[in-house]
Amino acid sequence: MDTLQFLTWVRGTGLNIALVIFVLGVLWRLAEIYGLGRKKDLSAPRNMPGASGWATILRRSLPPPGMLPTSPVSYIAGYVFHVGLAVVAFLFAPHIALLTSIVAAAWPGLPSQVVDFVTVVTMAAMIAVLIDRIARPVKRFLSTFGDWFTWTLTFLPLLTGWLAVHHLLLPYTLMLAVHILSVELLLVFLPFTKLFHAFTAFGSRWFNGAMNGHKGVPV
Amino acid sequence: MSASLDKGVRVLKEMIDAPIASYFSSCVHCGICAEACLFYTETGDPKYTPIHKLEPMRRIYEQEYTLLGRLAKRVGLSKAVTDAELAEWQELVYNSCTLCARCSAVCPVGNDIVYMVRKMREGMSAAGHSPEGIKGAVTRTINIGSPMGVKLPAVKAQMKHAEADYGIPIPLDQEGVEYLVTLSSMEIINFPEYLGAIAKIMRHVGKTWTLSSEAFEATNAGMQIGNSDLARVIVSRVVAGAEKLKVKTVISPECGHAYTALRWEGANLIGRPFTFKVQHIVEVLEEFRAAGLLKLEGMATDRLTFHDPCQLARRGGVIQPQRNLMKMVAKDFVEMPDAGFMNWCCGGGGGASSIEEGEELRLEAFKRKKRQLEAVKPDRLVTACANCRIVLEEGLEHYKMNLPVVGLTETIAEHIPDA
Repeated sequence: MDTLQFLTWVRGTGLNIALVIFVLGVLWRLAEIYGLGRKKDLSAPRNMPGASGWATILRRSLPPPGMLPTSPVSYIAGYVFHVGLAVVAFLFAPHIALLTSIVAAAWPGLPSQVVDFVTVVTMAAMIAVLIDRIARPVKRFLSTFGDWFTWTLTFLPLLTGWLAVHHLLLPYTLMLAVHILSVELLLVFLPFTKLFHAFTAFGSRWFNGAMNGHKGVPV
Repeated sequence: MSASLDKGVRVLKEMIDAPIASYFSSCVHCGICAEACLFYTETGDPKYTPIHKLEPMRRIYEQEYTLLGRLAKRVGLSKAVTDAELAEWQELVYNSCTLCARCSAVCPVGNDIVYMVRKMREGMSAAGHSPEGIKGAVTRTINIGSPMGVKLPAVKAQMKHAEADYGIPIPLDQEGVEYLVTLSSMEIINFPEYLGAIAKIMRHVGKTWTLSSEAFEATNAGMQIGNSDLARVIVSRVVAGAEKLKVKTVISPECGHAYTALRWEGANLIGRPFTFKVQHIVEVLEEFRAAGLLKLEGMATDRLTFHDPCQLARRGGVIQPQRNLMKMVAKDFVEMPDAGFMNWCCGGGGGASSIEEGEELRLEAFKRKKRQLEAVKPDRLVTACANCRIVLEEGLEHYKMNLPVVGLTETIAEHIPDA
């Protein structure tokens, strides 16, 4: 397999395999989790404005009062890399072109210099959370293979994409193929690792908000 | 696998529902829950990170309810939960967790961690890994009627004292009255002024009420240890008493977990909605205040602050009423940092105060409360939970802080004009 064949494979068969595993994996995991159901709460509810599942989905996007100084890196770098990932993945013109071919919808992108800057900032933020994970006793204590593995899975598409755009390290075609492959690996593993919080965080916030909302507590 | 471990694992498996599956699937190991937990912040030991306290349950979730986990288990790639492991986790699930739920209030992905700890305790107690102190409290509640071994004659003796002190008759087993007043044994033994205060307040506002000879004890050690079968037996006594006397409302005493047991878990434990209303005494007092029934006289001039019991505020949704009441009687009412929804636990909730071997850790965790108090330097500390009160008193004594702790109900009653 030469470079061009490799690129063709990752763009075609490889992408299809990854997308199928991703979609089926997500559906399976969602069914596996939410299919477990829960018991109806028989206690008399108390109503309070702002105490609901939907309110908590929004509220938990911000640090609760007093929490920011306790974990500044987690909050600030966490914010930066989440927003950065979304910008790079969905607002880079070549990505939009690819996504358009899959979902049949188009939207305007950002200038490539802006995306380039965001990519660098996102990588810096990811390195910051990695250092924080190593340096902070609690995070280091909680860390498992999955944490290092998923960090790598998330970082590689950023790094390889940035290297490809700048024609660094490997010939462009090969680097582009490696970049696409890294995204495919991310898609394949996302449903089966902690990266699945991209989906379940909303369900978790909703449950917490709804169950405490039943008691009239806006959590 | 021993019989008790087998049972514990089975119960843990049964406990896992969609919220728990969602919570375990969402955790990104950010460690922010640790920063909310006084057992971590005051010791700096990462093992007290709230989500870590659930590790055995998480593994059972993974091994039993996820495709990859089931495969890994089949080919022998996953580690089964052992008896030794559960024994090790006992300290984490009981001694160092007061079910205060600050972790549940801060988790960025929204995990209600304390909901899971409550469920994990079901498996721990089934496996025989629960503290002797709480076990004793449960046994006494089931066999004698109260966690501190209080029987009806002790209640009657306190009724007599209160009648003599206040000159107000204390009704017992009166049918058709509006309120059934319940007590915690801590109030019967250590804080009998609560009963007199209730009598004074009820006469002042002109409401009918009664104690019940069957349902005087509101606390529920069965819930604290995590045994729903026993918790049901205990809560059923109050339900039976309330229904027999046909009261409109059962008043939970100044006790945080009794409120949770009656107000939120009770109906779920017995499997049907209650036919009566449950209110914490603070909610009842707030209704009296809002209706203009509390005509108090005089204001305290010393500096007062209020300690929010976790189960009343963060876990119960009663946050503003106690403040409205405090402002009726206190000229100089100050709020501690983080007061209200994010208040720090006294360190002894959720059954922790009855764990003898947890005392050293509890006093260490009390440093948080100490700092909160030092920030506002009150002359008196008011609360609305007899258990908080006793834990606060112990902590204050240990750190040689001279600060009286009083109940909100008796504080209100002191300002009721003599009839």
